[in-house]
Amino acid sequence: MSWINLTALWKIIVFGLLAGAGLPALFAGGLYALSLGPKTAHVRAAGVDGDIDSDVVVGGSVVGMVLAAIAFLIILAAIGWSVYEIYTLGHPAPKK
Amino acid sequence: MSNDTVLVLVVITALAFDFTNGFHDTGNAMATSIATGALGPRTAVAISGVLNFVGAFLSLAVAATIASGLVATGAVTLTVVAAGLAGGIIWNLVTWLFGIPSSSSHALIGGVIGSTIAAAGGSAVLWHGLVSKVVLPAILSPVIAAGVAACGTWLLYRITRSLTAGARTHGFRIGQVGSACVVSLAHGTNDAQKTMGVITLALIANGTVAKGSNAPVWVIVCCALAISIGTYLGGWRVIRTLGKGLVEIESPQGMAAESASAAVILLSSTFGYSLSTTHVATGSIIGTGLGKKGADVRWNVAGRMATAWVFTLPSAGIVGALAYGIAYGIGGTFGVIIDLILLAALSGFIFWRSRATKVDHNNVNSEWTGGVSPEKVPAESAAA
Repeated sequence: MSWINLTALWKIIVFGLLAGAGLPALFAGGLYALSLGPKTAHVRAAGVDGDIDSDVVVGGSVVGMVLAAIAFLIILAAIGWSVYEIYTLGHPAPKK
Repeated sequence: MSNDTVLVLVVITALAFDFTNGFHDTGNAMATSIATGALGPRTAVAISGVLNFVGAFLSLAVAATIASGLVATGAVTLTVVAAGLAGGIIWNLVTWLFGIPSSSSHALIGGVIGSTIAAAGGSAVLWHGLVSKVVLPAILSPVIAAGVAACGTWLLYRITRSLTAGARTHGFRIGQVGSACVVSLAHGTNDAQKTMGVITLALIANGTVAKGSNAPVWVIVCCALAISIGTYLGGWRVIRTLGKGLVEIESPQGMAAESASAAVILLSSTFGYSLSTTHVATGSIIGTGLGKKGADVRWNVAGRMATAWVFTLPSAGIVGALAYGIAYGIGGTFGVIIDLILLAALSGFIFWRSRATKVDHNNVNSEWTGGVSPEKVPAESAAA
């Protein structure tokens, strides 16, 4: 008798990592892309240890903004798809 | 042997449990967002309430587990269900009073198992279902969530290292709102389902519906409403412990934690695993503490939680068994009514006790001073 459903377990780990860590990472990537551009050049010039007191996110680079938009859209699509999948998987036929 | 009066009482009690589940668990989705200021406390609980409602309709898999995978439905009578609910509610309220984010799921399951054993002996419990769909997921899920959250946190800080701290906070606060919403949805898919499962169990025990049925639509609607209203009223005490007591978190950590929780909960719901969303959320929050260099995890608070968790299933079980004993000893419908009156009285007492150390949307974010209720500093909470 199996006490652990190993298939379910690895699915939860793999998809958990992809969605639970991967999607936020994509969001972070989007933020990074968004931050590229002339408006934040002074921040990048100061380097990682530079202590600039600003919370401007949008740097102004057009390529950056497009990439960011793509990243965010992928995230929204992934969430939408997951919700749909859960709905179809989650309504099992009654056991007879 | 059907008894519709008792059935109605049981359904009402189940909805009461669902309600306590709502406010006990609001923190799982919203504590990190409230703690970092991504969402105002009242907005957060309102959104969470609505999404829990929606989530409750998404997946019936967990309800099925509860209704037919844990106890032999033939051994379950209405009294057993009522007593089990009483066990779950009392444990939920006691832990809420102390601001301990314990598992409502385990409180409920523990209560029902306890009363089932009291009524019909250990053989009526489907131990395999219990272990494989409840206990093992309960142990493994926070560990998985912690791992996912730790990876996520590390990645987030790495990818955005060229942004200023202010920009990072600003950007991730928006991310936090999104991820907190998904967790609320996820919570609806897992937790509202439990109560639906219990009500369905009661309906089967009463002979109102056939064995193996899915939860009827009115059950789904009522449970969805109860949990969302409970969520909206907000478990400020637990929110405080999760948001401030465990790890002092920043926005990226908040987002990493909530995303990890959402993913693990949703994935598990599809497999019909009744998780403790609380365990998962706590695991995630601790994971973000581990994933960020220099972050401080208050291990003594985590230790208190772990102790509460280990005790939850058996304690709720004992209360459930006791409740069954009282009802059975008095006998019949009257026995169940006495049980429920005792339950209401105890609940009222606990609530009255909680007023002395009130936590609400005004002081939920106050400095952590070692215990769930912040010290009374009127000037500070006005400025917070």
